[in-house]
Amino acid sequence: MKVLVPVKRVMDYNVKARVKSDGSGIDLANVKMSMNPFDEIAVEEAVRLKEAGVATEVIAVSCGLANCQETLRTAMAIGADRAILVDTDVELQPLAVAKLLKAVADKEAPQLIILGKQAIDDDANQTGQMLAALLGWPQATFASKVVVADGKATVTREVDGGLETLALSLPAVVTTDLRLNEPRYATLPNIMKAKKKPMDTLKPADLGVDVAPRLATVKVSEPPKRSAGIKVADVAQLIAKLKNEAKVI
Amino acid sequence: MAILVIAEHDNASLKAATLNTVAAAAKIGGEVHILVAGSGCQVVADQAAKIAGVAKVKLADAAHYGELTAENHAALIVANAAGYSHILAPATSHGKNTLPRVAALLDVAQISEIIAVVDADTFVRPIYAGNALATVKSSDATKVITVRSTGFDAAPADGGNAAIEAVAAAADLGQSKLVGREIAKSERPELTAAKIIVSGGRGMGSGENYHATLEPLADKLGAALGASRAAVDAGFVPNDYQVGQTGKIVAPQLYIAIGISGAIQHLAGMKDSKVIVAINKDPDAPIFQVADYGLVADLFTAVPELVAAL
Ligand SMILES: Cc1cc2nc3c(=O)[nH]c(=O)nc-3n(C[C@H](O)[C@H](O)[C@H](O)COP(=O)(O)OP(=O)(O)OC[C@H]3O[C@@H](n4cnc5c(N)ncnc54)[C@H](O)[C@@H]3O)c2cc1C
Repeated sequence: MKVLVPVKRVMDYNVKARVKSDGSGIDLANVKMSMNPFDEIAVEEAVRLKEAGVATEVIAVSCGLANCQETLRTAMAIGADRAILVDTDVELQPLAVAKLLKAVADKEAPQLIILGKQAIDDDANQTGQMLAALLGWPQATFASKVVVADGKATVTREVDGGLETLALSLPAVVTTDLRLNEPRYATLPNIMKAKKKPMDTLKPADLGVDVAPRLATVKVSEPPKRSAGIKVADVAQLIAKLKNEAKVI
Repeated sequence: MAILVIAEHDNASLKAATLNTVAAAAKIGGEVHILVAGSGCQVVADQAAKIAGVAKVKLADAAHYGELTAENHAALIVANAAGYSHILAPATSHGKNTLPRVAALLDVAQISEIIAVVDADTFVRPIYAGNALATVKSSDATKVITVRSTGFDAAPADGGNAAIEAVAAAADLGQSKLVGREIAKSERPELTAAKIIVSGGRGMGSGENYHATLEPLADKLGAALGASRAAVDAGFVPNDYQVGQTGKIVAPQLYIAIGISGAIQHLAGMKDSKVIVAINKDPDAPIFQVADYGLVADLFTAVPELVAAL
């Protein structure tokens, strides 16, 4: 069974986003970029399935600028076997990415596609669900546990009220939540090995996909600033403030 | 053209988030219809019909909608999409799970978690864990949108008198099946609807400490309990307590952060609270930069004192 793992290159989660002064977007110049944390969890899960003998091959795919190759190398250092870059400098929105991934899935015929539930830059939380819809496959989003056996996937999901478990026929799409696993650190030998693993490059046109954006960004602005308040000396003063000043208790 | 709002419910009652979504629909302007899909959920349709400003309720009642899977729900919504300029759902775990499928099947973008309506095509949504707000304009024929409840005051639950119309169920796709559920029952208010939230972080040290220390305070205040990711990851409390970028987004009247450092991912979920209190022993903890009232203290002394004094 092949497992496909889409990965996205995003601003590192430790960096605080700064809005460009002309309001056109976020300043990404000289900012540390990393694999989206949820995607790292997806790669780890796929690699564990391979280590458990459930998956035979793990293929990482990324859509975007040529420097997504770094992200794909990271995926292969964690343990993906090979990688596909869909190379474009068009601003990709989730629907376009889902269409590209569908075209890749049509070629590769994986039984399972594992994606991060959301990317921490656009916080859209859409691509996995869209991909499942385009493929006509079942989905289990926000996974905290995945078991693949007997031609089906049993997935525990984090939902608003707690947890629920779904049984899905394969092929299927799974999106990861934070508690699915703790991704391993790529070791130096594995980083070196990853450099030799195969990477294919395709263009959206090779896949016959129109990636034109559907949403135009009118502007990006700073959220209203919340100013720091005061430090209270003790519990008594805190209660007095909450009662008399804020009037919330 | 009319706007279709997808009801959030558990077959027994309509969830409050639906009211905020109706409010967002009203801001867009146009006739508002609600789609209720479920099993034995007439009472939900009756509640939806009473929401002020709702013109029509469409009810799809079928056994296979009892446990509403994303595949079945999306297919039903798409089958009922004709004639609507906008399709809106609350940005709950169910809405987030289902609506992107709808968008893809309609070949349109989804606009996730809007917090404001500029005009019928233009919306504001947070990006980068709420560190920036993007104003986006859609060129699609149908706008598929999830709505962040904290961005819109709830529409009144009473005052409407909409007609309820039965619509045909779509076929059961049978691709996924619910086989287990662990839903915590609690006497406390729901996190996303609570007026006061008492939230604990890694500083609580253990699940035992979390409950022993914070429950008396939540009891006194009639508050909901929340947590940081670190507290959930450490197993102090279940996942549904998590507040933040990837947990719940809350905006209560009062949020009390106890033993929480204030990472951007946590702030993303609570910085729109009206009043924020932080109790932390580290005077440099970033949480103090957003707190209206900060108390530098050991929580294991300060919280019991607070409980005793309330
Ligand atoms: C992709 C991604 C998504 C994330 N999503 C979320 C999210 O949705 N929600 C979320 O919360 N986090 C999220 N995080 C994690 C986030 O980055 C932080 O790691 C987390 O919020 C830290 O939790 P904490 O404040 O409880 O723990 P810590 O940062 O360890 O802080 C503990 C605090 O407790 C204080 N303390 C300790 N003992 C005491 C005491 N006795 N008395 C008083 N104070 C004490 C300490 O001074 C410290 O400030 C996410 C991270 C990533 C990478």
